[in-house]
Amino acid sequence: MREAEVRRLLGANLLRALAVILSALLPPFLLDGFSLLGTHLTWICVCSLCVATLNIVLHLVLKPNQSPKRRSFAHKISRFLKCCIYFFMSCILFHAIIVLYGAPLIELVTETFLFAVLLSTFTTLQCLCLLGPNIQAWIRVFSKNGAMSIWESSLQITSMCSILGAWFGAFPIPLDWDRPWQVWPISCSLGATFGYMAGLIIAPLWIHWNRKQLTYKSR
Amino acid sequence: MQRWPVVLFLAWVCFLFFAGIGLFMSGFLLTRIELASSSSCSDPLVPPPWERQSLPPGSCWAPQRFSKAVLVIIDALHFEFARFDPAKTSPLPYENKLGVLHQLATAQPRHARLYRFRADPPTATMQRIKGLTTGSLPTFIDVGSNFASYAIQEDNLLAQLVQNGRRVVFMGDDTWEGLFPKKFFRSYFFPSFNVKDLHTVDDGILQHLYPTVDSGEWDVLIAHFLGVDHCGHKHGPDHPEMAKKLTQMNEMLRSLVDHLGNDTLLLVAGDHGMTETGDHGGDSEKEVNAALFVYSRTPLFGSGPPEEPETIPQVNLVPTVALLLGVPIPYSNIGEVMADMFAGDGDTVSAALQQLSVYHINAKQVDRFLQSYSLVAQDLPAEQLQHLQELFSSAVEEHTQLLTQVQGTMVPPELEPRLGSLISRFQHYLREARAVCTQSWARFHPPRMVGGCILIASSCLLCYMASELAMSSQSFCHSCLLYPLFWGPVGAAVLWLVHVFTQEGLDLLLVSSWAAAVSQLGFFWHWWAWLGLAFPMGILFFRCGAMFSDSFVVAEARVTPFLLASLVMLLVGKLHWDGRLTVPEGPKQQLLGFSSYRREIWYLLCLVAMLLVCVRLSSFFHQCREEIPQCRPSVFLSPLASLRNTRAKNLFYLLCVALLAGLVYAVQSWLRHYGNLNSSGPLVLFVRWGFPLVVLCIACYWAVASSADDSLGKLQELVQVAVVVFPRAVYGLASVGLLLLLCNPMTVFAKDTRESAGSIVTPYLGVPGSEVDFLHVIPQIYKRMQESQKSWLERGSCRATIAAYGLGSVYSAALVIALTLLGFLLMLLHSERLSFAFLLLFVEAFVLLHIHTLTLIALIPVGEPFSVPWYAVISWLLAASQFFYSTGHQPIFPAIHWNAAFVGFHLDHNTNLLPAVLVGANTFASHILFAVGCPLLLLWPFVCEMSNSQRKKLKKESREELQEVEEHMMEMRLRESPEEFSTALLRLGLKYLFVLGAQLLACVCAAMILRRHLMVWKVFAPKFLFESLGFVVSSICLLLGISLVMRVDCAVSSWFSQLQLR
Repeated sequence: MREAEVRRLLGANLLRALAVILSALLPPFLLDGFSLLGTHLTWICVCSLCVATLNIVLHLVLKPNQSPKRRSFAHKISRFLKCCIYFFMSCILFHAIIVLYGAPLIELVTETFLFAVLLSTFTTLQCLCLLGPNIQAWIRVFSKNGAMSIWESSLQITSMCSILGAWFGAFPIPLDWDRPWQVWPISCSLGATFGYMAGLIIAPLWIHWNRKQLTYKSR
Repeated sequence: MQRWPVVLFLAWVCFLFFAGIGLFMSGFLLTRIELASSSSCSDPLVPPPWERQSLPPGSCWAPQRFSKAVLVIIDALHFEFARFDPAKTSPLPYENKLGVLHQLATAQPRHARLYRFRADPPTATMQRIKGLTTGSLPTFIDVGSNFASYAIQEDNLLAQLVQNGRRVVFMGDDTWEGLFPKKFFRSYFFPSFNVKDLHTVDDGILQHLYPTVDSGEWDVLIAHFLGVDHCGHKHGPDHPEMAKKLTQMNEMLRSLVDHLGNDTLLLVAGDHGMTETGDHGGDSEKEVNAALFVYSRTPLFGSGPPEEPETIPQVNLVPTVALLLGVPIPYSNIGEVMADMFAGDGDTVSAALQQLSVYHINAKQVDRFLQSYSLVAQDLPAEQLQHLQELFSSAVEEHTQLLTQVQGTMVPPELEPRLGSLISRFQHYLREARAVCTQSWARFHPPRMVGGCILIASSCLLCYMASELAMSSQSFCHSCLLYPLFWGPVGAAVLWLVHVFTQEGLDLLLVSSWAAAVSQLGFFWHWWAWLGLAFPMGILFFRCGAMFSDSFVVAEARVTPFLLASLVMLLVGKLHWDGRLTVPEGPKQQLLGFSSYRREIWYLLCLVAMLLVCVRLSSFFHQCREEIPQCRPSVFLSPLASLRNTRAKNLFYLLCVALLAGLVYAVQSWLRHYGNLNSSGPLVLFVRWGFPLVVLCIACYWAVASSADDSLGKLQELVQVAVVVFPRAVYGLASVGLLLLLCNPMTVFAKDTRESAGSIVTPYLGVPGSEVDFLHVIPQIYKRMQESQKSWLERGSCRATIAAYGLGSVYSAALVIALTLLGFLLMLLHSERLSFAFLLLFVEAFVLLHIHTLTLIALIPVGEPFSVPWYAVISWLLAASQFFYSTGHQPIFPAIHWNAAFVGFHLDHNTNLLPAVLVGANTFASHILFAVGCPLLLLWPFVCEMSNSQRKKLKKESREELQEVEEHMMEMRLRESPEEFSTALLRLGLKYLFVLGAQLLACVCAAMILRRHLMVWKVFAPKFLFESLGFVVSSICLLLGISLVMRVDCAVSSWFSQLQLR
């Protein structure tokens, strides 16, 4: 295990966490009447956009999985389109699952969908960046000994933490505290965000501590 | 293990739990202590001497102002019903109907007045009658005894009246008969229990009311009308029927007023209000807001009415009426006299003097009660009693001081303001006293509560230990002892470090308890990790934790489906993570770094999706709690009869009937598929012909019940008969079916084609000839027969055979038949459209069983077939509580479907047992179905074995036939090892009881810890009662289900022995 790669991962993850924090802190200076709770939907959009852009940029800069072959331009375009379709489908799937878990069916559709987009950004987009539109590889990564590099381990941890955070975020909704953040979907999206950030921090540390046990299979 | 010990052991465990529940309940739901003393005329509550001499004859503590009184109680007379607003142009059905009250109050403002009458919760009729006559606060436990009212032991208004020689005549609600046996001079009781009957009570009263009033043979007349309340229960307040009922009441009052004499006081009171749906029992604003109207032919009030009607607590009526009629105030009264009714027609000073004297009497009586109560019980806080005592003695002192300066009725003008302030001091005292009593009359018995808790907890532990006994192994000691020993010091060290850094004092007790907690955590962590239990137990932990927050109890209808969905999703995620869903990696896949799924995964995913959809759909059948004001109750809860749109009604009716027919078809085809429908035994005949008959009866009943009341005209009588006959037919048929099931639960058809000659001594097995037979019929037979068949095949001749059709699913078939019958019964007790919820219930249970089977058999082939994993039991129970809510129930008293007591019983019940059973079955329908179906968790994987192996067969045609036959053992695998079968049933039952008991324990602890919580009587105590009743029902049904399986096992044994003999 190269220490340098772990350090690169830590840097990238810190950048991502910074992007999330900035998405909450910066917009009040640029947009009138912006607040995290008051205009929550705007924040979700801003946050998803920030994280998505940063992820794509990092992917292009760091190239964690360099493929030896050079691909044609048309191939890249079709790959990109495929990625877009996958992302959209994951948004729909998340939306359906959230509704099945008890979110309102007809009211608040926008809120639910944007929350699904946020979740997709935290999970699916990373998969798309790292693994490409390749379901088989996704399936492989999300099983016990499936990770083949520290980037994939990090992907595992952050995705699971995001979803777990969103799940725990649903807990305060029934409480009768009458706080503004108990409104659907604020607590869940905040939970997902905190889970994502926690995952970003935990992943390099966990990899560092378990570097002895982590013997990735070479391709 | 034998059969009987299993059932006995489970029964013993149930008994442990019941004992714990009983012990806790006796500590938690205590009634207020009732004092046996009663007031009498000669009590030394001395009125001032100048007044005492002037007491007119027939007066006791205060001068009698009225010699007669008429108390008209209109059940559930909400304040809004009595208020009259002439400005309203388009009143609702319940508004502006009691015009006579308004006319009297405006025409004679000093003779009549309307009050807001605040009932104390619980607002059930019996508690309110108690409160209205004793002047005290009935406690929570009395709600439970509403079915059978018990005679009031405490001193009360009626006892005082009778004691002082007044003739009390009663007519109306027969609840009073039980409360005041042999107290009435004359009485006309009418049955009160049938809430669908709007007119019997009211018409009966009207028939006797005016003759009685005119005869003059009475001093106090009480008339209790029930029509308004029943109309609210049946139709809700916002219904034309309510307008009719209130108009009838208006006419009654109008002519009653004309019949009254000058010396008569008329009181019209509602005992409680009603919610928007017409229910009552709780403490919401609408339920406690009743109306009181007072009228007399002589002037009563000193001044005109205030702008907005005054609000008075219900107990205030008792001292007021007692003193107005010249009888002593009941001993345990804590109400306050209504001063403005003692003003008389004199000037303000004499009015104030009179009021002062009644307040004085009232305060002395309350003080006497508090003193003697505090001698008997210690539940009223001492410092508050002390404070009250001070208030009282200072007021009394000032009162005596004041009286010395007053001669006769002449008051020096400088004393007038002091009169007013003294009155308000008495008022303050009385209100404080009432507040203290209200606050602390929920008295607990902590040692019993703790004892009950410990008993339940230890029973839970026992269940867990006993169910895991078989799993003990070598590594147990390692993880049980080593890790805790390691983690304890680590935790202590961490705490010590924290203390060193924060420079705080170090407490040895704190450190040691911290170490103990951490080491215990370490123990559980390693132990659970070893058992692979963390995730289902985590969900159970969340479920139990949710019982401790009132918000979560209120929102439980949404919490349970959320947890169930999470559990199933986690299960799939875990299976995936462990790589159970993927095909073991071959060299090719390893090369590419890909993994591909097994074929079953799509089936599994479809099942999970179906489950999630079922869970989501079931949330459309929820009832509402008043704590969530924006909630609207599901439209499916109301009976079809309340639908006004005829087309929609017909459509829903057809859908419901189609659903029933579909259910019968599904069950029959399932049985046919497994070959259980071939026999000609009575049970199978019943399944073939009895089931459609049951459905027909239910359909007829629904048709009759949902038709409009008046539309049938002459057929009315026929309808009355039909409404009773059809449900009884269903009860009869279902009990016949269950009896048949008990007598002969075998649904096996044995086709014996053996040669009758004695050449073949041992029976043997072959496969039926045709392919169709092979697909739809499963030949099963004993192992010994297979062995002999082997030798037969070697000889390679004859096709003679015993084919036992349906032997492989004989246990499940019995359970499925029982469940279907129970399902029909429970659907009959619910309103028509809730049968959709029952359909969802059956589908969800089916899907859960299949998911369980798939994860157990197809995906984890190494799993023990005889052990049901925890996640299956927990998801089964989560589904049970989910459908408690989805069949339109909530753990609160107003949400109970009382109508269920009248399905098939038109007239009043003779005993309380039958309606209690019917209402209980309605309330705990899902608990019953899931508990009886619990053994299916064990049986289903064996039943489904066939379809799996069949699929395999299609793929691999080359397989040897003999092996195929061996794989078709199905449930006979269970029979092959009877020891393990019994143990497996025992462990399943214990696991089920453990999960149930854990939920119960959480409820019990929540009720105990939060017993002074604001919401305890509204949320936690009802939740605890429902949960414990649910536990009792579930455990009994679990025992019945397991006994049924045992019964089938006995029958199978005797069947085999018969086969051997032949």
